[in-house]
Amino acid sequence: MLPLAPAVMLLAIFLLGPVIWSFYGSFTDAALSGSSAQDPQWVGLDNYLTLFKDPVFPLSLWLTFVFVVASAIIGQNVLGLGIALLMNRASTVVSAVVGTAVVAAWVLPEIVAAFVAYAYFSKDGTLNQVLAAAGMTGPNWLYSFPMLSIILANAWRGTAFSMMVYRAALNDVPVEVTEAAMIDGADGIKRLTWITIPMIKNSIATNLMLITLQTLSVFTLIWVMTAGGPGNESTTLPIMAFQEAFKFGDIGYGTAIATVMLLIGAAFSLVYIRALRPEKV
Amino acid sequence: MHRNAKLTLSVVAATSMVALSGCTAAGDDGGGDSQSLKIVYQKTDSFTALDTLFTKIKPEFEKANPGVTVDLEPIQANDDDYSTKLALSQKSEETAPDVFYEDTFWLRSDIDAGYLLNIDDQLAEWDDWSQFNEGAKAAGMGDDGSVYAVPLGTDTRAIWYSKPVFAAAGIELPWQPTTWDDVLTAARAIQDTQPDVVPFNMYAGKGTGEGTVMQSFYELLYGTGDTLYNEDDQKWVVGSQGFKDSLEFLETLYAEKLALDPSEALDPNVWKKVFGELFPQAKLGGTVEGSYTPSFWQTGGAYEWPAYTEDMAVAAFPTQNGEEPGGVSMSGGWTLAVGAKTANADLAFDFLALAVSQENALWYAINNSQIAVRTDVASEDTYLAANPFVADVTKLVDVTHYRPATSDYSKISAEVQAATEAVITGQMSVEEAAAAYDTAVEGIVGADTVTSK
Repeated sequence: MLPLAPAVMLLAIFLLGPVIWSFYGSFTDAALSGSSAQDPQWVGLDNYLTLFKDPVFPLSLWLTFVFVVASAIIGQNVLGLGIALLMNRASTVVSAVVGTAVVAAWVLPEIVAAFVAYAYFSKDGTLNQVLAAAGMTGPNWLYSFPMLSIILANAWRGTAFSMMVYRAALNDVPVEVTEAAMIDGADGIKRLTWITIPMIKNSIATNLMLITLQTLSVFTLIWVMTAGGPGNESTTLPIMAFQEAFKFGDIGYGTAIATVMLLIGAAFSLVYIRALRPEKV
Repeated sequence: MHRNAKLTLSVVAATSMVALSGCTAAGDDGGGDSQSLKIVYQKTDSFTALDTLFTKIKPEFEKANPGVTVDLEPIQANDDDYSTKLALSQKSEETAPDVFYEDTFWLRSDIDAGYLLNIDDQLAEWDDWSQFNEGAKAAGMGDDGSVYAVPLGTDTRAIWYSKPVFAAAGIELPWQPTTWDDVLTAARAIQDTQPDVVPFNMYAGKGTGEGTVMQSFYELLYGTGDTLYNEDDQKWVVGSQGFKDSLEFLETLYAEKLALDPSEALDPNVWKKVFGELFPQAKLGGTVEGSYTPSFWQTGGAYEWPAYTEDMAVAAFPTQNGEEPGGVSMSGGWTLAVGAKTANADLAFDFLALAVSQENALWYAINNSQIAVRTDVASEDTYLAANPFVADVTKLVDVTHYRPATSDYSKISAEVQAATEAVITGQMSVEEAAAAYDTAVEGIVGADTVTSK
């Protein structure tokens, strides 16, 4: 236990500390300006009551859900697994080229990736120029399809992570088992559903948990691309929390939203941990 | 079990990331030491006048006060982010500035927060204070009647229109609309004659932030006879007809494509396009903008365009049906203040006083197209000759209004912006947007602080 002490202390100071502060702050009217900036008052559950009455909140909750499911659970996860499976069968050259291309998006700092995605989807951006070359007029993606744009951008950026997790997991699937199934007459789809997926189940659950939590907190990408707009059409919870806390100066309210996000993240994690439990690995 | 413990740990770690991602503090290490002064102000690619002024007076001040170092710390950010960063730096003595640049918009709120030093004593011993006009003296005043900030200048808002575009549409020049309909008529005439020109743009939506209300919505609202805030009762006005009429005007402008496309109008940088591209290329008929407009076009400005003196003209924004006083304008402006956490208040005030001395205030008024607040600057020939529009925009001081900059103001302003955005994008009807605004205002200030008149 003793060797762990420094690590636990660091966690307590830098991770648990802010969590507790955020939790405490959400019960006060702390603000950037105005009289409550000088002397924040305990307001009990006021911030949460306002939040649950705020018409933007259910919308924001729904958009966050859509964003996580579409860009992480479906986009990054399925695409990552698909690429990893194909790379196992592809030649070394192809797999190296594909791997580099996918990982490139992951290597970019978030702000750079966000600008790249903005340049791609914006009105006079790459996508519309390609469409124009093919004789089509593309819409203003960021304005007309803000959610689709940020979902695609996040899937593009995050797929590399899932791909790498699954490549490592697939390497651990013993060749003998797959070969035995082949001899028994199982085709590709059957081998995938009955052999490969059950054998990498733990990796899937761990990967899902990590990308869910990561996507839940995506801020820069959305802020740069749409800033939550138009209207509130792409205002996910992190964007809403930031706007309330720093644009309107209502720190207490902003931290209440952050606390709700924390609980949602914890709930997702519990589900995944449960999914892992029955297997005694 | 061991695996679970590790997982739980990573859950804690990862969920904390979620919580942390919202909280980034500006962490400059500051000088609280008495022999250095920390000056915090805004600097952008289109606003460098204050930076130039401070850079010029820094050696002057250091020479006059041996042993004192002046640390200039410009914050490169737009208005919204600047106020946020400034407010965050005020939270700790380590980072709080000694002298800072402050929007009158945040002034009362920041006085309530205790960020500004009461400078009544220093002003009493400062001879120059008598040169400031009454409006300017009131601009930096808190609810308690004490003065906390000295204005650098003020501004008004007017219609800026392109003479070539109006002439091509067969509109008689000089043009001065007397009703809202006159504005629409002119815009439609431009639309009919010049299909590739944006006839008349007015800001709307959250992208342009405070510009949406100051340079568009309030010119409409204050010309209807209704207001945003009842100063006598100190209550916020809800359910007014003027509010709906103003939204309707914007809806008409955008629905008839007389203004920019909503997707462009919602871009926070749309004003750069207005000043940098549309007006110089005669692709825009008119817009409502501040008296500081020439600062973008004059030599050394962000979008130099010498022909603006010939091609542009100014008109007062009309009242709804030509009601008295026949025009509407809005005024704001920026001030300099001394930080409440300063270790050397007198030294900080001396720096502030030097920055707004007659000579420096004159330079700043000319180079940043400000309306002078010092009487000994306003009467200077060089000030009046700075650009052809000084007299026009200064005259609008007579019909100008000020924002009700109480501590709730920024939230209310955001709700007005949201209402305009909902209307121009067609997400809500005028009635729905006005009703949503009323509900939101009541939610912000409480049912006791709203009134229907």
